[in-house]
Amino acid sequence: MNIHEFQAKALFEKFGVAVPRGAPARSAADFGPALDQLDAKGGLMVKSQIHAGGRGKGVFKDGFKGGVKFAPTREKALELAGAMLGNTLVTAQTGPEGRKVQTIYFTEAASLGKRPNGRDDEYYLAILLDRTTSRPVIVASTEGGVEIEKVAHETPDRIFKVHVDPAVGLQPFQARQVAFALGFSGDLLKQCATLVTKLYAFFWEKDCSMVEVNPLLVTAEGRLLALDAKVSFDDNALFRHPDVLALRDLNEEDAKEIEASKFGLSYIALDGDIACLVNGAGLAMSTMDIIQHFGGSPANFLDVGGGASKEQVTAAFRIILGDPNVKGILVNIFGGIMDCDIIANGIVEAVRETGLKLPLVVRLEGNNVEAGKATLAASGLTIVSGDSMADAARKIVALVTP
Amino acid sequence: MSILVKEDTRVLVQGITGDFGARHARLSIDYGSQIVAGVTPGKGGQTFEHNGRKVPIFNTVADAARQTGATVSAIFVPPPFAADAILECVDADLDLAVAITEGIPVRDMVRAKRAMQGRRTRLIGPNCPGLVTPGRGDKSHGGCRIGIAPGYIHRRGNVGVVSRSGTLTYEAVWQLTCRGKGQSTCVGIGGDPVNGTSHLDVIRLFNDDPETEAIIMIGEIGGNAEVEAARWIKQHCKKPVAGFIAGATAPAGRRMGHAGAVIGGAEDTAAAKIKIFQECGISVAETPSDMADALLRIWKG
Repeated sequence: MNIHEFQAKALFEKFGVAVPRGAPARSAADFGPALDQLDAKGGLMVKSQIHAGGRGKGVFKDGFKGGVKFAPTREKALELAGAMLGNTLVTAQTGPEGRKVQTIYFTEAASLGKRPNGRDDEYYLAILLDRTTSRPVIVASTEGGVEIEKVAHETPDRIFKVHVDPAVGLQPFQARQVAFALGFSGDLLKQCATLVTKLYAFFWEKDCSMVEVNPLLVTAEGRLLALDAKVSFDDNALFRHPDVLALRDLNEEDAKEIEASKFGLSYIALDGDIACLVNGAGLAMSTMDIIQHFGGSPANFLDVGGGASKEQVTAAFRIILGDPNVKGILVNIFGGIMDCDIIANGIVEAVRETGLKLPLVVRLEGNNVEAGKATLAASGLTIVSGDSMADAARKIVALVTP
Repeated sequence: MSILVKEDTRVLVQGITGDFGARHARLSIDYGSQIVAGVTPGKGGQTFEHNGRKVPIFNTVADAARQTGATVSAIFVPPPFAADAILECVDADLDLAVAITEGIPVRDMVRAKRAMQGRRTRLIGPNCPGLVTPGRGDKSHGGCRIGIAPGYIHRRGNVGVVSRSGTLTYEAVWQLTCRGKGQSTCVGIGGDPVNGTSHLDVIRLFNDDPETEAIIMIGEIGGNAEVEAARWIKQHCKKPVAGFIAGATAPAGRRMGHAGAVIGGAEDTAAAKIKIFQECGISVAETPSDMADALLRIWKG
């Protein structure tokens, strides 16, 4: 689960990680009271709150440029916020449909320090799981404010990593190692080690899957601040963090994905035109792949789980048909334990209930498969049967290709 | 031989009184597996009955192992308590803990995996279909089925199968069985980012198993476990290997059902993994329909 920057920073503050002073506003009427809490002397930042990166370089649908902007005065901040709120921001990560901005976050602009060589004093800091070692890893770089993937690719020597042993947790010497690697000394060394320690405590206690601060910055006054904050949580651990779950913003999630999750279905919308309904995540992924292999384009990932019920199959059809781009459906079920006949009945019922007009190819395999195929054939519905995954994929691609 | 479990391996089931655990305990008993004990804290002394078989229930894994000789546990415990169930197996020095449970918090697994270091117990999973060593009876009856895989699709033979995914494993097994090729052992290592046994761990076991003559390795996007295994195969594996990678069409940054199936960087895309498979001499199945045939192109059995 992802949260907004203003929510992440509120959590940072709770854990003692320094951030610029800020205040969120959800409506134009809230702009004034939010700004009243801040000191506009050094200027203000006006930041669109959406769950996608690349906001600064994003463009709004009405042509207004930049989802994160500097305002030298309170008046300018009000004007910029008015232009952003309710507008739809398109960034490199949102896709062409963009995201509607429903919250504006005002912060006091930090006075950016300079390094002795004249460069902006910006750094990168993140904590995430290293799958290779099954341990949390702290990633730090002197190259802040740019995409870390680019740094990793071009100058991997400028990325410093320290792994944390979960048996003992982050040790003070490791926090100092991070601070030394970033080139800090004196008071900043202490500030950095403290910040790393507190950020790790947050990561661990709140079951984060990733915490990213980019940039981490040193102000002209010599203060270390988390200028941006990107946080995501382990969905599997949300049951023990009701405070985190309360931060969930359903506006940022696909309505069909939310609907699917209510039925225990795992659904992800894609931009093709062949919908698929499959049991098992691995088989669902490879069903998408085989559609593409035979020249089609998958409209979604949909895993009905290992033991799909009739209700789930019907719900799955409804969700699939809610996507106007869908021109055909491929059902691929390997009924290992499940009775294929029960699945077949579910499909027949779902087709009748939804009044399906689109081409439908069904590939059933496994337990009681002959009865299942007979049920489909006896239904009087135009359901095309596929003998293997390849056969089924070829058939649905042929049916939707004009 | 086979790997990890044999026909006569004695198995206990943690969570045998829950719906999910009970259902699959019954199916394993029907398949002829040696389900010798159940563990549900607080229900020690009761019995689990199915088709005339009486399986004693114990309060602790240690009691169950001591009194029944069980060496392997199948874990069907709900996610909040599953890491604890795994560590109870470790404490009882079982040979193998197979965690079927889906949805265990990553932090719990990070701690559990650390605590398992240097201990006797091996973990398979979590979030996995388990493993099957097929039997020699009709429809492979009499084998050792631990977890949720359908037993009857198997046939005893000489191909080892390792995969993260359940249904994709069944697909490969069924393709093999339909072509008259049986399996030594089929292992589902699970779809989570932190798991107990990797592709490479299983490949090493297959390489050392005299009954296994050929291997199918099924992987997916995310992480570098398949790549690590492929590089080892190139250097050390004496047996023909076919492979498949799921997720060629998955968009970057989205979790595709399995918590581990997220493309993070350039190295863990399907295309990158497939290329490395080919470089390492693995016969790559172009589609999931082609997994058994990809193996049969390089192995005549």
